[in-house]
Amino acid sequence: MAQLTYREAVARGIAQEMARDENVVLLGEDVAKAGGVFKATVGLFEQFGPKRVLDTPISEQAILGAAMGAAMTGLRPIAEIMFADFLGVCYDYIANEFPKTRYMSNGQVSCPLVVRCGNGGGARFGAQHSQSVENWCMQFPGLKVVSPSSPVDVIGLLAAAVRDPDPVVFLEHKSLYAVKGEVPDGEILDTLGTARILRPGRDATILALGMMVPRSLQAAEALQAKYGISCEVIDVRSLVPLDTQCILGSVARTGRVFTVEENPRQLGWGSELVSIIADEAFYDLDGPAVRITTPNIPLPAADALEDLAIPSVDRIVGMIHRSLTA
Amino acid sequence: MTQKTRPSAGETAPEREISPEKRLEMYRLQVLLRQAEQRAYDLFLENKIKGTSHLSLGQEAVAAGTAAAMRPGDLSFCTYRGHAHTLARGVPVEKVLGELMGRDNGLMRGKGGSMHLTSVEHGVMGSYAIVGAHLPIACGAAWRAQYKGDSDVSVCFFGDGATNIGAFHEALNFAACRKLPVVFVCENNLYMEYTPITEVTAVTHPGADRASAYGLERIVIDGNDADVVYLTLSKAFARARAGEGPSLIECLTYRHSGHSRADPAKYRPPGELDRWKERDPVSIYRKRLEAEGVPGATLDAIEAQVRRVVDDATKACEAAPSTSEDILFTDVYADGGCSWRN
Ligand SMILES: Cc1ncc(C[n+]2csc(CCOP(=O)(O)OP(=O)(O)O)c2C)c(N)n1
Ligand SMILES: [Mg+2]
Repeated sequence: MAQLTYREAVARGIAQEMARDENVVLLGEDVAKAGGVFKATVGLFEQFGPKRVLDTPISEQAILGAAMGAAMTGLRPIAEIMFADFLGVCYDYIANEFPKTRYMSNGQVSCPLVVRCGNGGGARFGAQHSQSVENWCMQFPGLKVVSPSSPVDVIGLLAAAVRDPDPVVFLEHKSLYAVKGEVPDGEILDTLGTARILRPGRDATILALGMMVPRSLQAAEALQAKYGISCEVIDVRSLVPLDTQCILGSVARTGRVFTVEENPRQLGWGSELVSIIADEAFYDLDGPAVRITTPNIPLPAADALEDLAIPSVDRIVGMIHRSLTA
Repeated sequence: MTQKTRPSAGETAPEREISPEKRLEMYRLQVLLRQAEQRAYDLFLENKIKGTSHLSLGQEAVAAGTAAAMRPGDLSFCTYRGHAHTLARGVPVEKVLGELMGRDNGLMRGKGGSMHLTSVEHGVMGSYAIVGAHLPIACGAAWRAQYKGDSDVSVCFFGDGATNIGAFHEALNFAACRKLPVVFVCENNLYMEYTPITEVTAVTHPGADRASAYGLERIVIDGNDADVVYLTLSKAFARARAGEGPSLIECLTYRHSGHSRADPAKYRPPGELDRWKERDPVSIYRKRLEAEGVPGATLDAIEAQVRRVVDDATKACEAAPSTSEDILFTDVYADGGCSWRN
C-alpha cells in the first residue's frame, strides 16, 4: 500500500503499462523533460528515455494523427492533449478518424490508443481551459470515454484503456490531481464499463463523475446528517461503455435518481443516462429524474462566479432535499 | 538544432528617425508594462489574484514598440500572454488588474479573466487562449478592412510555439494570397511552456524561416529594442495600408519569469536569464535616452508618474467589490441571457 496523489497515479499507471509492453509510447506537449504541465508524467522520460517519451511541438493534430497512424500499425500510443478544451483543435481525429476506422475498414484497421486530457474546472482558468468535455467525446460510436475520480481508479482504468483494442479518451480531472488515495502495490488492472457504488443508500441514487464524485459523497453525508436522507452514490467512471446494470439496479432499489454533472446542461452525459432510465426503468421511479449541472453558460474566470456555476456540495444537497421532500 | 541561448541583436536593422516625443512615449509604455506586470505578480503572491497568469516581463519592447506604431482604430489580437499588449493600447491599469483579481471593476467584470482581456473601444479585439486560434481571426478582421475599404490594420501577436500549429500556416497562406492588411508579430522568447522551441522545430527561426513558404520577406529583429520594433512595425503597417499585404515579423526576446504563475522556470540553463537581463529592454532604453541627452530627471518623473498610476489602480481594485453574481447568466446570447428554451 502507498499513498499516491492522483497525478502520481497517472505516472504510475503509464509506467506500469510501458514496463509491461514495449509498444506503449507517450507523446504530448511538455510531457517528457518537464514531466507534464500538470506534473502527471514526472519520471517517465528518465525511466523510459526519449525514444518512448516524446515532447511534441504545439501541434495537436500531429499528436493525435501520429498516434493514430502508430496505433494502426502496431504501437500502443498514449497521447496527451494537455487541456481537454484543446480537443477542439484536433477534433477531426476524435470525431471522424479514430472512431470510424474499424467500421469503415470492415474490421481491418483498429486504433488502440489512449488520449489523456486534463479536464474540468475549479482552477479559475476561464472559459477555454476549464470545460468538462465528456459529451464532446461520448457521442461517437467507436470511441470509449473514461474519467476516474481516485488515484487507484486512475491506474486501473488507465491500464485497461491502454490494453483496450479501441480508442479511449481518458479524462483526468485537473482539480483532483492533488488528491491523495491508497493504492495497493503491484499491478493494477481495472475494467472499462464498470461503475462503482461508493456509498450504499436507500432513498435516492446519485450518479457522478470526476470532481463531482467527492462533492456528491460529501452531499450524501450532509443529507444523511441533516435530514436522514440515505443516498447511494455511484461513480459512473466509464461513460462508454456504460455500466447500465449497476445504474439501473441502483435506481430499482432507491426509486429516485440524480445526476451530478460538471458540464453545462445541454446534452451533458446525464441527459443520456436519464433517457436510458426513462426508457428502461420508468416504473422503478417514484419521482422525476433530476439533473444537477452547470447552467447553460461558458465558465467564467472569477472565483466567485466559477463557484456559483459548477455544482457545489450545498447546491447538490439543496436540490436533492427539495426534490425528495416536494 | 542548437538552441540559441544568447541574446541576439536581430538581423534586420532599423532605418528611420523617431521623434523625441514618440521615444518618451515608448519609454513610458515600457515602464508602465513593467510595473503593472510586476504588480500583477505581487498580487499573485498575496493570493489576491487567483487562477493563472502569463506575464510579459522582459518582453515589454515588443508591446510598446508595436503599440506606438499603431494608429487609433487599428486592431490587436493577443494571446493569453496579453496583459502588456492590452495595456499598451491604452486600457487603464485598474481595468486589467481588476479583471485579474475577479473584481467588479475589471475589464470584463471577471467573466473572462487574465487570459481573455478584451477592450473593443481600445481596438483590443480579444486575447485568445487556444494557441494559434487568433491568427485566422485576425485575417478575417483584415479581410473586412479590405472588403470595406477601411484603412485599419490588424496586428496578431503570438509566440514561437504557435508557429507549429496548423492555424499559423493556414492563416499565413490565406493572408498572403489575399494580400490582407494584417501584421503577424511572432514573439520568440525561446520557450513554449517548458520546452525550448528549438527542440521541437525543424528550423532555427520558427517564424521567419517559414516566411518564404508564403512568399513573405524574412524578418528577424531585436525584440528587446523598442526603436527597432517601432520602425519595423511602422514599415509593415505602411505596407499593409498600401495594399501590399501581410508581414511576418519575428521578434527575438525573452520572458524573465516562468511561463505562467505555476512555473518556476527551472528548465532554463544557468546564466541564461542573467544574460538576457543584461539586455533588459527597459534599462537599455533608459540608458539610450540618457546617452542621447534626455535628462535623468525627466525619466525619473515618468517612472514616478507610472508608479502612482499603478499604485492608485491597485488601491482601487482592492477596494472594489468582488464581481457581482447577477452577471453569471448574462451575455450568453444577444438577448442578454443564457436561455435556450422557452
Ligand atoms: C492549442 C493549444 N495547445 C496547447 C496549449 C497550452 N499552451 C498554452 S501556452 C503554450 C506555449 C505557447 O508558447 P509560445 O507560442 O511560444 O508563446 P509564449 O507562451 O512563449 O508567449 C502552450 C503549449 C494551448 N493553450 N492551446
Ligand atoms: Mg514562446
